[in-house]
Amino acid sequence: MFEELRDLYQEVIFDHNRNPRNFRIIDPSDRKVDGFNPLCGDRLTLFLKMDGDVIVDASFQGSGCAISTASVSLMTEIIKGKTLTEAETLFKQFHEMTTGKEEHIDLEAMGKLAVLAGVREYPARVKCATLAWHTLDAALKNAAASVSTE
Amino acid sequence: MTNFPVEKIRADFPILAETIRNKPLVYLDNAATCQKPQSVIDSLVHVYAHEYANVHRGVHTLSVRATDKYESTREKVRSFINAASDKEIIFVRGTTEAINLVAQSYGRTNIQAGDEILISAMEHHSNIVPWQMLCEQTGAVLKVIPMTTQGELIYEEFERLLTPKTKLLAVVHMSNALGTINPVKRMIDAAHALDVPVLIDGAQAIPHMSVDVQALDCDFYVFSGHKLYGPAGIGVLYGKQALLEAMPPYHGGGDMIKRVTFEKSEYAGLPNKFEAGTPSIADGIALGAAIDYLTAVGMDTIAAYEAELLAYATEQAKQIKGLKLIGEAAEKGAILSFVLDHIHPHDIGTMLDSLGIAIRAGHHCAMPVMDFYGVPATARASFAMYNTKQEIDFLMQGIQSLIEVFG
Ligand SMILES: Cc1ncc(COP(=O)(O)O)c(C=O)c1O
Repeated sequence: MFEELRDLYQEVIFDHNRNPRNFRIIDPSDRKVDGFNPLCGDRLTLFLKMDGDVIVDASFQGSGCAISTASVSLMTEIIKGKTLTEAETLFKQFHEMTTGKEEHIDLEAMGKLAVLAGVREYPARVKCATLAWHTLDAALKNAAASVSTE
Repeated sequence: MTNFPVEKIRADFPILAETIRNKPLVYLDNAATCQKPQSVIDSLVHVYAHEYANVHRGVHTLSVRATDKYESTREKVRSFINAASDKEIIFVRGTTEAINLVAQSYGRTNIQAGDEILISAMEHHSNIVPWQMLCEQTGAVLKVIPMTTQGELIYEEFERLLTPKTKLLAVVHMSNALGTINPVKRMIDAAHALDVPVLIDGAQAIPHMSVDVQALDCDFYVFSGHKLYGPAGIGVLYGKQALLEAMPPYHGGGDMIKRVTFEKSEYAGLPNKFEAGTPSIADGIALGAAIDYLTAVGMDTIAAYEAELLAYATEQAKQIKGLKLIGEAAEKGAILSFVLDHIHPHDIGTMLDSLGIAIRAGHHCAMPVMDFYGVPATARASFAMYNTKQEIDFLMQGIQSLIEVFG
């Protein structure tokens, strides 16, 4: 019944929605940032544990739609072990993949994150996918407060 | 179902023939805004093709024609809500502007530090924020009538909160997030016993039931044209004449004055005093066409048909495992707000959209209502007179299937 949605709701997304990875609190954490999407009311809190320049652990709390939950779940998996600069680069690539020009996208390079590329076709849902990454961006810049997608 | 001529009505709404993602459109987002009958669309086209000029300011024939048409809508609105005089019908952009007008004009003149403004727990942001702004400006205090988990106002709490300190009651007639129809007549009488004026937010109620402002005896009644099958950009503030006369203007400018000198300006009488600047002329005239359409169908007939739709939808929804209705007031309009276990409203919205079904997923500009129920958002199907039982079946099938897909 939902054939057309297969690009958006891939099995990986259902999987991460059902069983979000790193869904826990890191206490004490080195960076903790709240993300908020005023359009839909979704909230999440991102926790990072750092060793110098390297993200050694990442986790989150909060609730959202399948797209935003899968996005933050995948993100916490992928940024573990990355340096701040590497994570920042990933943020930019993810942003490009979901909102940028088609020809600039290198899906191969996105690895697992490529499953979220489908949101491009659903402008109303792009913010669901990018909320996690905007929150990460704020955490990378050490903005302690909170970030909103607006 | 009763012999409501729904197919004939559907034929009057061209957009209902649209396809969405190759599926016939099932439009169930009427609480956000309603679709327009051909007569309203024709009216807009006709104005611009044959009757358009600025109103209230020309001696030329076209301006007179536009003014007559525009002013005839005022009379249609008056009659539609049974106001005593067309001086009591102020055209504004919509509900939001009407409430802001009352808050700033009536509120800043009559409300002082320590006074209380009473609203309810189920207000739309547009009936919360203007009062918060007024409270900030004046030092008045905002009080909120609580509700039950059914989505009904707690009447005893209302009586307790209504005190000599209360200087205004502003309450929604029908909630857009829950569908609840509040006992406004009883509340108005209780408020008046303490000389408290009452504003009723009729944005949702007006397309679903007949409203008689004199029978209600409300002091202000506000609504938007776009939810009444008319154009966006035009709305109505009804106010009792004596109150409006005593209120200062809201905006200053052309049309709202009798005489202007650099020393002083003399304001026009009602309703022009509150209508500064060039209004939404064509939209106003087309709102008249919408009212003609509704009057021909009959508001009571519409209410009866929609009550059947709602009862049917509610019964079907209750069969779905994992579906929880948000708002189960005994008195309810044609709105079905719900959540599903483990499936976010946004996913519901996108999934249903792929089937051609338009519902709203979100907080419905009622974040305090979402907080009350402890949900970030709900899915909301809201019905209009052109919706059918078959569309409700299709909605329910869609919900069943998406529950399966999410597993
Ligand atoms: C109950 C209620 N009040 C006020 C409004 C605001 O109406 P508008 O946006 O047309 O000004 C709405 C619209 O969603 C509403 O449902």
